Amino acid sequence: MAGYIPNTKEQQQEMLSAVGMSCFAELFADIPESVRLKRQLNLPSAMSEAEVMGHLRKLAAKNANTEDYTCFLGAGAYDHYIPSVIRHLISRQEFATAYTPYQPEISQGTLQAIFEYQTLICELTGMDVANASMYDGASALAEAAGIACGVKKRNKILMPQSINPMSREIVSTYARFKGNEVVNFGYANGQADLDELERLITEEAAAVLIESPNFFGSIEDIAKAAQIAHAKGALLIVSCDPISLALLKSPGELGADIAVGEGQSLGNPLNFGGPYLGFFAVKEPFMRKMPGRIVGKTLDKNGKTGFVLTLQAREQHIRREKATSNICSNEALNALAATIYLSLLGKQGLREVALQCTRKAHYAYDLLTQSGVFEPAFSAPFFQEFTVHYKGDLAKLNTAFLEDKIIGGLDAGSLDPAFKGHWIVAVTEKRKRSEIEHFVQKAVSISE
Amino acid sequence: MNSDIQTIFDLSVTGRTGYSLPACDVPETALEELIPSQYLRTEAAKLPELSEIDVVRHFTGLSKKNHGVDGGFYPLGSCTMKYNPKINEDTASLAGFTNVHPLQPEQTVQGCLEILFSMDQMLAEITGMDGMTFQPAAGAHGELTGLMILKAYHESRGDIKRKKILVPDSAHGTNPASAMAAGFDVVEIRSDARGNIELADLKSHVGEDTAGLMLTNPNTLGLFDDHILDIAEVVHQAGGLLYYDGANANAIVGVCRPGDMGFDIIHLNLHKTFSTPHGGGGPGAGPVGVKKALVPFLPGPTVVCEDGSYRFAESVSNSIGRVKSFYGNFNVIVKAYTYLCSIGVEGIKDVAQVSVLNANYLRVKLQDYFKVAYDRTCMHEVVLSATPQKTANGVSANDIAKRLIDFGFHPPTVYFPLIVHEAMMVEPTETESKETLDQFISAMIQIAHEAQDNPDLVKGAPHTTVFSHFDETQAARFPVLIWKSDENK
Repeated sequence: MAGYIPNTKEQQQEMLSAVGMSCFAELFADIPESVRLKRQLNLPSAMSEAEVMGHLRKLAAKNANTEDYTCFLGAGAYDHYIPSVIRHLISRQEFATAYTPYQPEISQGTLQAIFEYQTLICELTGMDVANASMYDGASALAEAAGIACGVKKRNKILMPQSINPMSREIVSTYARFKGNEVVNFGYANGQADLDELERLITEEAAAVLIESPNFFGSIEDIAKAAQIAHAKGALLIVSCDPISLALLKSPGELGADIAVGEGQSLGNPLNFGGPYLGFFAVKEPFMRKMPGRIVGKTLDKNGKTGFVLTLQAREQHIRREKATSNICSNEALNALAATIYLSLLGKQGLREVALQCTRKAHYAYDLLTQSGVFEPAFSAPFFQEFTVHYKGDLAKLNTAFLEDKIIGGLDAGSLDPAFKGHWIVAVTEKRKRSEIEHFVQKAVSISE
Repeated sequence: MNSDIQTIFDLSVTGRTGYSLPACDVPETALEELIPSQYLRTEAAKLPELSEIDVVRHFTGLSKKNHGVDGGFYPLGSCTMKYNPKINEDTASLAGFTNVHPLQPEQTVQGCLEILFSMDQMLAEITGMDGMTFQPAAGAHGELTGLMILKAYHESRGDIKRKKILVPDSAHGTNPASAMAAGFDVVEIRSDARGNIELADLKSHVGEDTAGLMLTNPNTLGLFDDHILDIAEVVHQAGGLLYYDGANANAIVGVCRPGDMGFDIIHLNLHKTFSTPHGGGGPGAGPVGVKKALVPFLPGPTVVCEDGSYRFAESVSNSIGRVKSFYGNFNVIVKAYTYLCSIGVEGIKDVAQVSVLNANYLRVKLQDYFKVAYDRTCMHEVVLSATPQKTANGVSANDIAKRLIDFGFHPPTVYFPLIVHEAMMVEPTETESKETLDQFISAMIQIAHEAQDNPDLVKGAPHTTVFSHFDETQAARFPVLIWKSDENK
């Protein structure tokens, strides 16, 4: 049993005497007698460290993990390679056990790393300002939509069905409670139906949301979406995959006003869904409407360059109910992992990762669609993920894959019944040609 | 950029690399044949070019400029900077947790589901709730989620006139900000002379437009509101619900439960009470618990157990909907689960008792040197005030905070709660020894003397750090938020 309490019973008694008390109950005299617990909580007994480790090992062993299984599943979380350096550096206690850098004199490490992170995110997204991180890509999208409504003093958010259904649900939840309205529109050929958007959009629209690559893996026509949004005075908010941005034109260049996205793929493990990190970047006019922490460069009294939290007049601890967001804790350590990842991979490496993802995904797509078992669902261009149509039972197909230690693609119908028969397959740089070929052969043989 | 700071961009050398990728073993088709060129960048993103050792040295160097809990005492009030056990990191790093995709078939994630299910049961028991969601990623996210549940509950009963959330003037800034984000109006309730909610002010503000009250108990003054049962009665009789901000739950675990005090919805900060590291500002985890009548409003999916196997149960029609992708910050939950396994039922009450004892020890030992904001037994933290020093010698709470850095301590939270002038909120936690507390006490006493005898010494602090007194006004007035190369400045 570990209590992590250094003071001995004798010291505790001595300290009780120092405060003029004889027992612990006196410390809690303000708690009404009727609500004081008079029983032990119904919790398991303490275990020794070795027992705890053994217990957790057993639980971990009940899960199939991507070291033992070959993963072709994506849909918002991707099995990319994570360099060893990252775990070693983010485990340093000075990063891991610190709080939000409120005291800049003893937090320059965290502050400078955030400044570097902000710069990297702006470089990839083509935006002017980024914050220190949000909870995840989907909640960042939801916050961005809310902020657009505040900026524009309008309350309609236009959202296509080509955005990940989970993200759409989160955007809708946030919007509903804040009193904003989500106007849904459809998709055509695996991309947001921009003709429908053009018919639906009015001058009540605060924002148009676009995800690219989208839920189906397709690359969206961001430039056209920006034109349509801006023609009605609405903002364009783009949710993007940061690795794809090594190859693709940035949302900033294509006219986005706010760029957000899921940063998990930048050096963060799958972790059964979290913690991940949402990145959030804007064009300069919206700088003071940003949610969350922002780090800026400044000088100290001796003229030394350093970093501080800045523009805090947006934040909850200063502005309370007038804050741009309620966010306080964010995903700092995950953002640090992303900063280290981008520093290691660098200009050439990130491009190489993105290129391998593209080539391997297209190789898998060609083999699957040439097999005669899977039909192309769309003809839109894609990056590392694509959608094929399957006539059989996708749940059965994915279960059969497990026998060969393969985690198959996403049965999209399981997230949204409208997508029944759509199988969404992700192929990252980690996949070998032999694994891709085996995957396709297995898919074909299961289907026969 | 000045030469005294080297960023990863300053260190970049064209052509240098720090990665190791396998050779591409599929056909190396030209990119333009795979993705039409209209979508492609014409110029590579200007990422830095560094070797592996450059990166390791750079970030190791940065880490040395930080103060963490392992490095020294960190009595930052309201943040519960307790020791983060190392075994938590080991268990959470097992490949069976880190390398698991959130959308894998249920039969391949039984261990993950078991942890979520067990944590639901344990945290509900600790707080006196009936159901939990693990989706919220942090405390403020939990507040937002809880308030959405609260609103959905009223709406489901057709009670749509309840637009107001009551928040005491001592509350965390996140409380009113979360209420606004959930579409409520905020009404501030005064605190009384003992630091409790002023009952008369509460009574004058409740009514048929009251949706609920958000309360931290013990509150941000470090005091247990001993009128809690009266408060709950007033709010419930008006038809409102009670929300418990669990930021200060470290003071009461195993001693009493929010559910027994009348709270309907709670959140916990696993990165405070349940020992997971703060990571320089996250990731945290802010699970929300509710009483039975509110369980149908939780975001889905939740985990159920049938015949020894676990599965997700989809949410019902009353659910507010998801607030985060997947199931929350699962890996943080594994660390908190590990902590509960380690301390067990035998250890949980000690957490509250010793954290409260440590705070009171500081209060008694420092009360002759600083003003104690409220002269009564405190809970897990004590709020001191530097008004005597400010009045006599112009030495502020911030000066004292900075001077503490010279003694190797992280400063307490300053200027919060807002209702205490020159506030210094000190939270020692249960994981600090008497020896450390005594060292902190003697540093504080020395600073109190210095404030009298040599105020400029305190005002000029810190003296031992590389940096001192940043110009924050300049930073906000002329924001420089990204690195720019010399030619782009």
